[in-house]
Amino acid sequence: MTSLDSSSQLNHTPGHIKHSGHNLTGFVIFLCSESIIFLAFFAGFTLFKITSPEWLPPGVEGLEVRMPLINTIVLVSSSFVAYFAERYLHKGNLWGFRIVWFITMLMGAYFVYGQYVEWSSLEFGLGSGVFGGTFYLLTGFHGLHVITGIGLMGLMLFHSFRPGNYEKGDMGVTAVSLFWHFVDVIWIILFVLIYVWQRTN
Amino acid sequence: MTSTNFDPRILKAPHPVPGAPDNWKRFFSFNTDAKVIGIQYIATSLLFLLVGGLLAMVMRGELITPPADLVDPSVYNGLYTMHGTVMLFLFLFPVLNGLNNLLIPTMIGAPDMAFPRLNAAAFWLVPVFALLLMGSFFIPGGPAQSGWWSYPPISIQNPLNHFVNGEQLWLLAVALSGVSSIFGAINFVTTIIRMRAPGMGFFKMPLYCWTAWGAQTIQLIGLPALTGGAIMLLFDLSFGTSFFRPEGGGDPVLYQHFFWFYSHPAVYVMVLPVFGIFSEVFTCYARKPLFGYKFVALASFGIVFLSLIVWVHHMFYTGTPNWMRILFMFTTMTIAVPTGVKVFAWVATLWGGKLRLTTPMLFCLGGLLNFIFAGITGVMLGTVPIDIHVGNTYFVVAHFHYVIFNAIVLGVFAAVYHWFPKFTGHMYYEGLGKVHFALTFIGCTLNWLPLHWAGLLGMPRRVASYDPEFAIWNVLASIGAFLLGVASIPFILNMVSSWARGPKASPNPWGAIGLEWLLPSPPPAENFEDDVPTVLNNPYGYGLNEPFVADEEFYIRRAQEA
Repeated sequence: MTSLDSSSQLNHTPGHIKHSGHNLTGFVIFLCSESIIFLAFFAGFTLFKITSPEWLPPGVEGLEVRMPLINTIVLVSSSFVAYFAERYLHKGNLWGFRIVWFITMLMGAYFVYGQYVEWSSLEFGLGSGVFGGTFYLLTGFHGLHVITGIGLMGLMLFHSFRPGNYEKGDMGVTAVSLFWHFVDVIWIILFVLIYVWQRTN
Repeated sequence: MTSTNFDPRILKAPHPVPGAPDNWKRFFSFNTDAKVIGIQYIATSLLFLLVGGLLAMVMRGELITPPADLVDPSVYNGLYTMHGTVMLFLFLFPVLNGLNNLLIPTMIGAPDMAFPRLNAAAFWLVPVFALLLMGSFFIPGGPAQSGWWSYPPISIQNPLNHFVNGEQLWLLAVALSGVSSIFGAINFVTTIIRMRAPGMGFFKMPLYCWTAWGAQTIQLIGLPALTGGAIMLLFDLSFGTSFFRPEGGGDPVLYQHFFWFYSHPAVYVMVLPVFGIFSEVFTCYARKPLFGYKFVALASFGIVFLSLIVWVHHMFYTGTPNWMRILFMFTTMTIAVPTGVKVFAWVATLWGGKLRLTTPMLFCLGGLLNFIFAGITGVMLGTVPIDIHVGNTYFVVAHFHYVIFNAIVLGVFAAVYHWFPKFTGHMYYEGLGKVHFALTFIGCTLNWLPLHWAGLLGMPRRVASYDPEFAIWNVLASIGAFLLGVASIPFILNMVSSWARGPKASPNPWGAIGLEWLLPSPPPAENFEDDVPTVLNNPYGYGLNEPFVADEEFYIRRAQEA
């Protein structure tokens, strides 16, 4: 009809119809949607924190920051490690990919272990007011994503041993490392909200 | 088909097996063909339309006399909660997903959805959460009783102290329904973005695809917020947290924000595809090009954007500060602009056209009429003073049902009739269809028009008994409701007998334009397979001398020979 039509026609190649490159599109859409659940939780946390008359449960002074900070550093750097693993894969260095990818998994596992240690040392529970609830909900829901991420990475590692699978790189690895970066960014926001912003009014 | 550069195991996209059994059994199996899934969705959801309708008729039976005599008031609470939930989560969302499954791939010339297996998984979640929801009728304490919005603190009461209770099953069902909808939404959006026929730029897409795309975008943005709220509510109910318990520092109003952030746009999730259906049906039976195609298309996304910033108008009377009320009143009013663009475009399309009053056209005309009426009461409800006056009365119930039933469900019926020949290969019986329309239109008007008066006079909703001064409006409404129940008989008769024994349908019985009409009726498993037509123009060139696709005669002949 008019100019807008012809421009969208240029972007469109008939090849799209049979090619399944849309897997990554679908995955990115999923991640955007998933981030909104976290956004809802963050919004709830912020609102509670600002309006709640009694924020910390009685007997709790605040949260220990040192352990979580080490955890944060491990998780954030694991994102870079995952990126290098992906680079190895694109260069065709399969063993380089496997080793570095496995290191990423180990770093993720360390993070989960750190979370476990922290949870077991805390004096408040899920039912300790709105602070306990939001704390465990946010860290637990994020931890679930970390565990899922490690599982998906394990799956990718397993598939890399099947002959012929990873010759030209792999969309699945791209998707999983995208997921890992996503989990990472969520953690940074979470860390700032829960651990850094501790002063109550 | 295998591809080397993606991992098939996370989101695998297998093709439907060629030569899969072409009999009725495929409708009861884990089939990945979008057309089978579409019919599975539609059949399941129409079944639940009957269930939800029966619940409603018990309620209308109760309300025909002022005192609470037919059912116990607490049973009545369960009835309206389940009626709302069944109608929304088990009828309207699935039926529209069914239409999406049938229409999107065929309209854009794709062989199937982008992720067929995810698609089938999304459908098979429906019976699972249906079972959870229906099962809650049979547990001690009965089903959830806090209304479809499930506001705390009522919804987090657990008087019998059973760990498994109706409210909990309700929340699980809603969460699963959310998972199913997200699976669907990812699929529909990816399919529309990536799998269109050659030459089909966005501004040559059928409007149904535009509106479905908009609706699914709302699902992707809004639904996670409700899921977040539902998770927190479930924790409050079952695991002793206090997100929404004031005594533990929580805030019950926060839940209302989570809930309405999704559930207001959810109405647009349902109404947008119906706008698409209106656009397809009006042009086809008025034999005229759609007036202002691009404006109608873009208005869909205007509605998507605005629908996400109006939710607080449901909370004008729950302690919302004044500045917020004014702000959201303003945004609510502006939604009338893109909606008005669409309504005027349809009226202009119909204007001077030679209308063929077939069953789908009648349903759409009735639906449009009702939608305009519902839009006017919607603007009334969006103004703060009127809303505070009539909030939580039958005026709201009447307005809501005018949108949901009188406009959306009529549009859905129109779609079922309009595309029935295409996907079953048989014509329906026009006479029975018209009887269905007449009964439905009279029934729905009689049911909900009088309730506006009851509401303006102050009759509160969600109560089993009422003051005798409201009796006349309720008697009328109950007669209308039973008429709607009767209307389902010609519909079921028509669908079953036409599919079994109706006359064979030609590929394009309505003389409509669109890729789906260039396929045989019913279309083969992979639609156009490798030979997809190149689209030249938008599919509304009725009466214009412009070709829709290149080599149109070839495709028409091929469809007829198949």
